[in-house]
Amino acid sequence: MVVELGHYALILAMLLAAAQAFFGLAGPAYARPRWMAAASSAACGQFVFVALAVATMIHAFVTDDFSVRYVAENSNSALPLFYRITALWGAHEGSMLLWILVLALWTVAVVARVRYLPQPFGARVLGVLGLLSCGFLLFTLTTSSPFARLFPVPPDGNSLNPLLQDPAFAVHPPVLYTGYVGFSVSFAFACAAMIEGRRDSLWARWMRPWTVMAWACLACGIALGSWWAYYELGWGGFWSWDPVENASFMPWLVGTGLIHSLIVTEKRGLFKSWTLLLALAAFSLSLLGTFLVRSGVLTSVHSFAADPSRGVFILAFLLLVIGGALTLYTFRAPTMQSSAGFELLSRESFLLFNNILLVIAAAVVLAGTLAPQVAQTFNLGTLSVGPPYFNPSFFVPTLPLLALLALGIHSRWRRGGLSAARRVLTLTFIAAVALALVAAFAIYGHPLVLTPVGATLGLWIILSSLVDPIDRLRRRLSLSPSVLGMTVAHIGLGVFVLGITFVQSNSIERDVALKPGQAAQVGDYLFRYEGVRRISGPNFDASRATIVVTRQGAPVTTLYPEKRQYWVQDAVQTKAAIAGAVHRDLLATLGDDVGGGAWSLRLQYRPMVRLIWLGGLIMALGGIIAVIGRRQRGPIPAWAAQTGAGSTGAGAGPAGGPVPAGGVARTATAAPLAAPRRDLA
Amino acid sequence: MNEVPMKRYRFALPLAGFGLLLVVLVAGLMHLPEKGYIPSPLIGKAAPQFSLPSLYSGQGPVDSGELKGHWSLVNVWGSWCATCRDEHPTLLMIHQLEQGRVPIIGIDWHDDDADAMNWLGQLGDPYARIGADREGQVAIAWGVYGAPESFLVNPQGIVVYKQVGEITPQVWRDQFLARIDANDPQAAARDAAALAGGG
Repeated sequence: MVVELGHYALILAMLLAAAQAFFGLAGPAYARPRWMAAASSAACGQFVFVALAVATMIHAFVTDDFSVRYVAENSNSALPLFYRITALWGAHEGSMLLWILVLALWTVAVVARVRYLPQPFGARVLGVLGLLSCGFLLFTLTTSSPFARLFPVPPDGNSLNPLLQDPAFAVHPPVLYTGYVGFSVSFAFACAAMIEGRRDSLWARWMRPWTVMAWACLACGIALGSWWAYYELGWGGFWSWDPVENASFMPWLVGTGLIHSLIVTEKRGLFKSWTLLLALAAFSLSLLGTFLVRSGVLTSVHSFAADPSRGVFILAFLLLVIGGALTLYTFRAPTMQSSAGFELLSRESFLLFNNILLVIAAAVVLAGTLAPQVAQTFNLGTLSVGPPYFNPSFFVPTLPLLALLALGIHSRWRRGGLSAARRVLTLTFIAAVALALVAAFAIYGHPLVLTPVGATLGLWIILSSLVDPIDRLRRRLSLSPSVLGMTVAHIGLGVFVLGITFVQSNSIERDVALKPGQAAQVGDYLFRYEGVRRISGPNFDASRATIVVTRQGAPVTTLYPEKRQYWVQDAVQTKAAIAGAVHRDLLATLGDDVGGGAWSLRLQYRPMVRLIWLGGLIMALGGIIAVIGRRQRGPIPAWAAQTGAGSTGAGAGPAGGPVPAGGVARTATAAPLAAPRRDLA
Repeated sequence: MNEVPMKRYRFALPLAGFGLLLVVLVAGLMHLPEKGYIPSPLIGKAAPQFSLPSLYSGQGPVDSGELKGHWSLVNVWGSWCATCRDEHPTLLMIHQLEQGRVPIIGIDWHDDDADAMNWLGQLGDPYARIGADREGQVAIAWGVYGAPESFLVNPQGIVVYKQVGEITPQVWRDQFLARIDANDPQAAARDAAALAGGG
């Protein structure tokens, strides 16, 4: 009875989403303030009923209601309570429910801030979000209802895929979806701006915090997913260019471009049509990723049950949403153009390079993701695109991107020439090269080209990002949250680059077969295999090996890799043992009993691998700092919002020239960006 | 004057690009049934070796040697599996129509023997032979992820097709019979007639 209530609640949520879409879009069109206000109410109601539907499903999982098909397929009475709850998003139907919940949460967040927007604009944003909600709810209700019953009721369930019985899996999908779905807010803002045909660039200012927040969540989600794959799959890889991983990475790359181009649009009123296009693209790529994963067009290790009828629905949805938005773009973007000059080597140029390179990087990933499918569709034979394609081709746009970063943050708005920052750039570059050479040769003693180049880039980014903030702090000047956020995010990128560099060029791995008492040398570390014994877990049996690791005779750690046999699914899963430290990870994975008391083992040494996820999390932190700091500075002033199009700012920008649109708050953001350079001049 | 249409054209490029992408996606979707949902690494390879005690006491063990010399349908099921119950009438129909041309070899996966016997007693027994895979070892060798899963094995003992989930009459005709009858037009005609008559 309880899940039927949930089903009913979800149907009501869909009707409310339709109402939200109608009132949100029709209200401004017919200039009816009450209709516009109704959009907010409908959005809140939609959230309440979606939350109710989710609650009934959680109830079904917690109470082991195996008469619900989805529960029977993904849970089991032997499953620990925690995983019974996270099993909600263990398969397609439930994860769609999670998607809808996250979208409703974002919508309610927009409602909470909608009073800072002009009423028609806010209503249109909610209207577009309502259309999206309505589509996803319809999709879930018609093709993937999690509420279906099962008769006769099985005595017990099939249980959750053992790979997903992991704490990281509890967090990874919600965080990832928060990012993925968050771009729908940017999308809705872009659509609202195009519907109104706004000639100003205030929409960019309104859109920016939402975009940065979604971007930060997506960064977090990707980092968590990579971390999960690393220790759960246990083969030591942190990224495999799997279609599902790419599906989350492409929106992130485009989103990174978007948060940079939004700065130019907000501060200088430039790149408007380009920014709009990126906002549409970031969300479209999220949708495309969903289509690829759920329709079964691409097969992937991330096993979601594929169903062509779902594919047809999502495709129709893609056609409506993306096709509709791009049609709007075709007609409205030309009228929203603006022209203002800027010189080569000005900040605008560097941000443009950043955008072009990021879009190329996303295109490289998209091409690689779709290539196998295109080849198969047009009978060009089967094609397998993996790291040999992605790794080198991804370097082509990203190396210049990293190299230009230090120059970009020390460039000035409008005017070209880096002469003012030449001393800082030279000094930080020399320091970065020196440190990189020390790291590459003295510590790792590995004369690969990649190591010093990558380390130099990573260190240069970190050092040059630190110069201005440190200079300001030393002179007791305030540091605005947006500059602080930017600095933190860029440092995160530098940390990430260092991690990738060292792990790619200095890892060591060995596959060995050892008898008890035998040992294998991996780099400086000696792995001694002691033996295997049988153990039992809450819902599995396992063989557990004991491996003692020493370094030059001194004990380092003891590793216990396992090979688990889960009772219910009868699935075998290897659980790698990982001894982590800031500077290196040691991994042992248990293979098979090769006879005569010997077991096959994979032993790995991975230096600096933690920096990869740490870097991702620092980037996300930077984004969050920038958004939260912005909120503390107070809401968007009502006067700026109400006067609407073409309001001119309270004065000249700090660089001296007129700024097309803006206000006091914005000047405050821009000032710290420009000030240090003026000081250095 | 000339510039305005040029500009419009430029802004339509994203839409055109999306149209192109859509063509690829639609083509991919139409291609889907041939691809099969979850490709099995077993396809095109010899069926995994196994030997299981028969579910019926008194019969000899069921082993992979029995898959040679004729087409076989290897069906992984369990009395605890709800979808298997949905699938059961189709298996009975196959058993009746094929008259031993395609014997169904059951692998009773992770089941209690008494429950399984009870189940067959109630619903009927379409299987030529049933091995009791009480520990699930054989299912692992076949790469079984859930029940029901079925494999089509040709007379040379090579796995030709894997069906994840329920075999419906339509799946049987389109995926299984299409492969079995590929070199035998007479049989194809007979099957078509039988399926039409049998509903």
